[in-house]
Amino acid sequence: MTVNARSTVLHLGLIAILIVLGLVLPTYHQGNLARILVLATYAIGFNVLFGYTGLLSLGHAMFFAAGMYGCGLAMHLADWSVLPALGMGLASAAALSLVVAVLALRTIGVAFMIVTLMFAQAFFLAALYLGEWTGGDEGFVIAQARRQLAGFALTEPLTRFFAALTVFSVALLLTAWLMQMPFGRILIGVRENEERTRMLGYDVFRHKLLAVVISGTISGGAGAAYAVLFGYVGATFASVQYSIFPLLWVLLGGMGTTIGPLIGAAFMFYLIDYASGLTNAYLLIVGAALVLLTLFARAGIVGEIRKRWVPWLP
Amino acid sequence: MILLETKGLTRIYGGLRAVDDVDFSLARGEIHALIGPNGAGKSTFVGMVSGRIPASKGEVWFEGRNITSLPAHVRIKQGMAYTFQITAIYARLSLFDNVALALGSRDRPAVLEALARVGLADRAAQTAGDLAYGHQRLLEIAMGVAQAPQLLILDEPTQGLAESEIEGFNHLIRSLAGDTTILLIEHNMQVVMALADTITVLDTGKILSRGTPDEIRANSDVQNAYLGVG
Ligand SMILES: Nc1ncnc2c1ncn2[C@@H]1O[C@H](COP(=O)(O)OP(=O)(O)O)[C@@H](O)[C@H]1O
Ligand SMILES: [Mg+2]
Repeated sequence: MTVNARSTVLHLGLIAILIVLGLVLPTYHQGNLARILVLATYAIGFNVLFGYTGLLSLGHAMFFAAGMYGCGLAMHLADWSVLPALGMGLASAAALSLVVAVLALRTIGVAFMIVTLMFAQAFFLAALYLGEWTGGDEGFVIAQARRQLAGFALTEPLTRFFAALTVFSVALLLTAWLMQMPFGRILIGVRENEERTRMLGYDVFRHKLLAVVISGTISGGAGAAYAVLFGYVGATFASVQYSIFPLLWVLLGGMGTTIGPLIGAAFMFYLIDYASGLTNAYLLIVGAALVLLTLFARAGIVGEIRKRWVPWLP
Repeated sequence: MILLETKGLTRIYGGLRAVDDVDFSLARGEIHALIGPNGAGKSTFVGMVSGRIPASKGEVWFEGRNITSLPAHVRIKQGMAYTFQITAIYARLSLFDNVALALGSRDRPAVLEALARVGLADRAAQTAGDLAYGHQRLLEIAMGVAQAPQLLILDEPTQGLAESEIEGFNHLIRSLAGDTTILLIEHNMQVVMALADTITVLDTGKILSRGTPDEIRANSDVQNAYLGVG
């Protein structure tokens, strides 16, 4: 089997396993997994920029939240139905990421991190300031009756699970395909050696710009899906915390791997879930686990598996 | 027919004129060696030709067009290839992936053929950073050749190569001659004398002399500035 065929089998196999899990898991875990799949979609978007292009943004929450507000406000204030509202979410995130890309890509390295952080902070404050529409800190709930798609109630657990899985699968297969294409290979080239890539005749700026827009749009798609599937929109999702989460998920799962974002998001979700059942100081346990992983599995879970045993892992 | 021309090309670093008002031309198909002591401005000069380093003053003309204002990647796309003095490969990628990025295609036979030209075809799956230094240089040369450029710029390509590898390098460059114009910065005078049709000697940013290998060998200024030393 060629490497491409193997990775197709891997990705379709993963989706098949998730379908089975959705059918057999008890409702509690089914709900968790639906949430994890949407958050993993956010991490997949982040990974396009961080894992594959080598650009660390500390402000990705603004893209997630742009998708969330774009979609949520369209439904909440303008009574849009789900599909056009999702489109609005994607368009909002795409537009914001294009603007941020044009401005932030004038800088490199630490400056890029700081500029994205500042933009996200401005976005967060704007979301609070415009509380009349956004509900500020408290946010707003999207009416259950509106959360319907083609006759399916997205509030129903199994339907919601499969909707989340669809969103995740689209993002997974899209990015896996993209990274096999010349475009994705060039992003990896930019990550590995920017100057060499430029001196092979590639327009490095244009590739980085597209990477930010693709990454921001996927992240925004996840935010929009979150609004529709879980029915809540709030400024917390635009806070610094939500910019750091995808970084942790991707580092844990394995940066620059296709399935790492899911593994990382699932691992951390259940780590927090488990630790908070044990003690109120659960963040301590989470912190210790993160330290152990960075000490012993530098490349993340999937990254280490690739390094040690399965070199073809995409 | 002139492929490359520079007019008054100058690069100033602080108070230092690293390249100072250089008028230079390169005929299509020739192998041209650029020699001179360390710090003469050779790397800076080819850096300005390729667009990697912006010129402080002057113009670069390529295939009859003024390309001074074009960014590096556009110049490369128009038919230049550039190998760095300090090896610049993708250390964490395979040799195959390195050459595929240079070729702009993952066509397996084409990639392997490009690697075969420097004798590295059997290492295609290896990680580039694990290669011995000399092999890394050869990989970078293979990447330059794979781009099938009009103009191939090589900055001290044989530095770090073994005797036998230098033989292979000379052979490779001769096999390109005619189709590809080659601008070669080189310290190894045996390589220069074996390959070059024309030689330009650069010293403290200025052209000291230009001529055939025999003329350069006979030139006493050059003897003093460079050959006697190096
Ligand atoms: N980025 C730079 N900043 C300041 N000075 C530089 C820089 N690059 C090169 N120089 C200086 O310019 C001169 C020419 O350097 P270079 O072109 O590398 O010479 P060569 O390749 O002939 O050895 C040297 O004196 C060097 O110190
Ligand atoms: Mg030099």
